[in-house]
Amino acid sequence: MDNGYSPTILQGQHTNDDEILAKTPLDPKALGGDSSVIIMELLQRFKVRDVMKRQIISVARTASLREAQRLMRENRISGLPVCEEGRLYGIVSVNDIITALDNGWIEDTCEKHMACNLVVLEAGMPISFALRYFNNYTYGRFPVLDSDRKLVGILSQRDVMRALLYELSVEIRKLERKTSNNVPVHVTGEHYFRREWAVVRNDLSRAGHAANDIKGILRERKVARSIARRVAVAAYELEINICIHSHGGVLVLLISDETITITAKDRGPGIPDIEWACRDGTSTANDWIRSLGFGAGMGLSNSKRVADSFDIQSEVGKFTKVTCTFNLNPPDPADGRAVAPRPPSQEGGAS
Amino acid sequence: MTVAEVCAAVNGTVAVDVADAAATGVYVGDLLSDIMGHAGEDCALVTIQNHLNTIAVCTLVGCAVIVLCHNRPVPPDMAEAAAREGVAIVVTPLSQYAAARALSALPPAEH
Repeated sequence: MDNGYSPTILQGQHTNDDEILAKTPLDPKALGGDSSVIIMELLQRFKVRDVMKRQIISVARTASLREAQRLMRENRISGLPVCEEGRLYGIVSVNDIITALDNGWIEDTCEKHMACNLVVLEAGMPISFALRYFNNYTYGRFPVLDSDRKLVGILSQRDVMRALLYELSVEIRKLERKTSNNVPVHVTGEHYFRREWAVVRNDLSRAGHAANDIKGILRERKVARSIARRVAVAAYELEINICIHSHGGVLVLLISDETITITAKDRGPGIPDIEWACRDGTSTANDWIRSLGFGAGMGLSNSKRVADSFDIQSEVGKFTKVTCTFNLNPPDPADGRAVAPRPPSQEGGAS
Repeated sequence: MTVAEVCAAVNGTVAVDVADAAATGVYVGDLLSDIMGHAGEDCALVTIQNHLNTIAVCTLVGCAVIVLCHNRPVPPDMAEAAAREGVAIVVTPLSQYAAARALSALPPAEH
């Protein structure tokens, strides 16, 4: 059974997308892996459809290569989609025109000489995906298809650069305004360990990092394996939820003498029906998220199941906040009394 | 079952070897939350999910070996993470069902 996520090749040889990506591993810098959260958020927040050019200049299959040449010259473009009623059949490039002039077949139809093995993008993909494609293929632009496989736009590197630079300047301006009243968070009261991770929308390449860090922290602090596993399950599920369903947010780990608390808070869009969302098997994840094995609709129910106490609050358009608490000193099954508290392995405040 | 034994049973190849990895049960799943919620520790996970997040899930639940079906390629970042986290990966031409049958000597590993 294939997971169905191989959208990039139309016609001709079928190649697994992962295989192509695997052969040319991405320089993390190209995806913002070493970049700030804001840049990574931008790369994930923007979809191909937000940035692509919607005006498509195309030719029919029966048009001559000379006609294609004329259109390319007049519109100053180096590639022309061969498209009829929204369906993409191929692409004629400047190279095809040069070859046709050299070999005397410039009056042939486009259909006869166009490239048919096309790499395409889907309109709903995050821009980070598109950057991977620009990184992995030598093409300067990609046709963009919608969910009905119709050609809806063309994306060039220049389109991406322009949009990102504009948004970046907006974000930096916001940051500049914020820095003047940025109040640091301190840990007070009975909690002696607090750590917080930013979770970026749709950044599946980093999803799970926070949960993994949390598991490592609990291992270092010698928290019982069975409890650490339950905390890690909840942390992972909530981290993934922020990643695939929200506009981004934070995951917070708090450890006290008595409890471990995982709090996931995002910046919306909120859950209209919390009861429905907490039910096993219900999910609003889209197809490409599901094809990666996410969106099973078990995230909230898994978190609830493993936690000793579970709380969820949400306001549509504003936020969702989920809190899972785990008792470090469960009652001793032999006599029902609580087991003596474990001394912390590391005193001190926040990190 | 050692990695070599799992590999032989599913007629596969070892993509990432981990010296002392051993599976004591089998769980089959392609939905990461399902794996997260149900897979037992030290199990062989039979799946088609060939990406980094599968390693994250295996690390968190303690799966020892991933059996990747339909000869799906192991991306470099997945292989690196698996080696780092001590999760072995065996790639097999078999389907999930056929791989699970081939590992029938091991019991179901549900948490």
